[in-house]
Amino acid sequence: MFKIKCDDFLTCDEATGTYSMSAEQQVRDQTEKNRWKTIGLTVLKDWRLYAMLLPMILVYVLWRYMPMTQLLGAFKDYNTPGANGNTDNMNWYGLNNFLNIFVGVEAKAFWPAFRNTFILAFYNLLFGFPVPIILALFFNEVKSNVVRSTVQVLVYLPKFLSTVIVTSIALLLLKGGVQGEGGVITRFVWLFCHDESGALGTALKNGLFREARYFRSLYVITELWEHAGYDSIVFFAAVIAVSPTSYEAAQIDGAGKLQQMRYVVIPSILSTVVIMLIMKIGGLLSVGYEKVYLLLSTGNMSASQIVATLANSWGDGKGIAAEMTNNLIGMILVIGANTVSRKAANVSLY
Amino acid sequence: MKRKMEISELIFKIVAYVFLIIFALMCLYPLVYVLAGTFSSSEAVLNNKIVLWPVIGEAGSYRFGFTVDAFKYAFGYNMFWVSYANTIFVAFIGTIWCLVYSILGAYALSKKRLIGRHGFNFFLVFTMWFAAGIIPTFLNYKATGDALATIIGGKDWGDIDLKWLIVLAMGMNATNIILLRNSFEGVPTEIEEAARIDGATEMQVLFNVYIPMSKATIATVALFFGISRWNGYFWAYKVSTAANQSYSWPVQVLVRDIIENETDITGTYNADNSHDFADTGVATSVLYAFIVLSIIPILVIYPFIQKYFAKGVNMGGVKE
Repeated sequence: MFKIKCDDFLTCDEATGTYSMSAEQQVRDQTEKNRWKTIGLTVLKDWRLYAMLLPMILVYVLWRYMPMTQLLGAFKDYNTPGANGNTDNMNWYGLNNFLNIFVGVEAKAFWPAFRNTFILAFYNLLFGFPVPIILALFFNEVKSNVVRSTVQVLVYLPKFLSTVIVTSIALLLLKGGVQGEGGVITRFVWLFCHDESGALGTALKNGLFREARYFRSLYVITELWEHAGYDSIVFFAAVIAVSPTSYEAAQIDGAGKLQQMRYVVIPSILSTVVIMLIMKIGGLLSVGYEKVYLLLSTGNMSASQIVATLANSWGDGKGIAAEMTNNLIGMILVIGANTVSRKAANVSLY
Repeated sequence: MKRKMEISELIFKIVAYVFLIIFALMCLYPLVYVLAGTFSSSEAVLNNKIVLWPVIGEAGSYRFGFTVDAFKYAFGYNMFWVSYANTIFVAFIGTIWCLVYSILGAYALSKKRLIGRHGFNFFLVFTMWFAAGIIPTFLNYKATGDALATIIGGKDWGDIDLKWLIVLAMGMNATNIILLRNSFEGVPTEIEEAARIDGATEMQVLFNVYIPMSKATIATVALFFGISRWNGYFWAYKVSTAANQSYSWPVQVLVRDIIENETDITGTYNADNSHDFADTGVATSVLYAFIVLSIIPILVIYPFIQKYFAKGVNMGGVKE
């Protein structure tokens, strides 16, 4: 056993029974000794390539990694007298910020926000995931190129509008008003329900988006409006990649349209679907805070306050602690999802 | 062989068409509505008379028609042009800046001979997995701003033009760099070798071989950068508000500010705000005009980018 292992780098002199270093190992040792020198020389010779990398590294260090040093603020006491908002002057606070948000005074603000983050993300996944697939399958059904490209142009468009514009338009359409006044959708809803005093009536009066009760569904609808069309691109590419011969074969076997869908199209796009699903699960806790921030109001806060907006409104050590917790869990989800997809489908995002 | 259409197939087709048409109209309608609001009289907008087409006239005599009063007012509004110029500046210079370091970095990352390639890739990708969060990022921007101010001899970040901070420090996107890297990796090495035999330097290889061969991806990435710059709101708002510098506002921040303060739609009417449209006669329709004006550039370039991004999205991201 020992001999087999050692054979690699030792040679045995049978006559004297002594061991000495093998010739290969001597070469290897030499290479190892010169390793850094070789690397240094290679880099030096190829310095242009490394110089090209430098601006990108610099930008990412300065504005993506440097902020991470500020995470130390999560362990600092923001109430230190004379600190003046400068983290360096603050006293260490241990885990008190974390204890404060998990079990302490702020727990009743943090946990609902965490729950809201999770629920919004989950609903987004639940509805935001199947709709692009359905769109892609339906696009495939439209044989006329003109009709299809027209529809595609229209459904991709909202993706390119800014969050400010999307939320502004949503707020204008859902503007509150009494007795069938207000935004177009408010008036439309009023046509079907002449509710004045009930929950819906109050919501119509205040604007539907400003009611916690309707916030989540409306948020998901606007998300669909923004992203569903664009997200269908990947699935549509998978659908049109299905070879026409597969359809023909299925037709000859007597498969109807739905059977073709069930036995030809869906199995062909399944791998894309699985990969996209895993990725979406990975991004579960990264709810776009810009949009929530723009839609947040006192009326809908109990459903719309997510960890990021809560941290933003706190702006201190416990805010950093809260968002750090959220982002760390998010990171674990992403890495987990990526590992699963690499193991299961031999496909990983990076 | 023409097959007879089955009943299930017919139903499926009808459902598909109906669904798609409804979805497309849903995507179109909000824009039509805003456009109609822009050309309507303020009175009609205030009394919620707009559904599909512009409406003009006073109470009791609302009718279909056009008016450009709101546009006229928006065009004459100084602050709007300042913010519009800011946005154009940020979108233009910012896109170029992002493209320069992204292309150079992606080119280096695409080279197998780069030592520590996996490490650099991880360095990039890690930023997509974990972000420091709003407060740390804000503190970092403030520190950057203060540092820039020290360089030019100012006191703190109020003394610098924050547009530069927005241009330099924001708009990073690791996905775009990965898109470019993948595209560069797809260029056949034989072409590069041929160029090298002819004595091309690293930069010449990049500019004469790689960039021309990855035009579609570069166009896609440039458009992604440009659009995200044009649409950027949150950080530009945070930074310019904290430094009390409203002359650096991009148009998105202005639009939001007007929407927030001039109307009661978000419920936070602010009596002492800087915009006062109350006496202008276009108090409500001008909001629609600002929205329309801020999305016009997107609508203008959209038809051109449309053919690129479908391709770009499919190329990038997933790597087997």
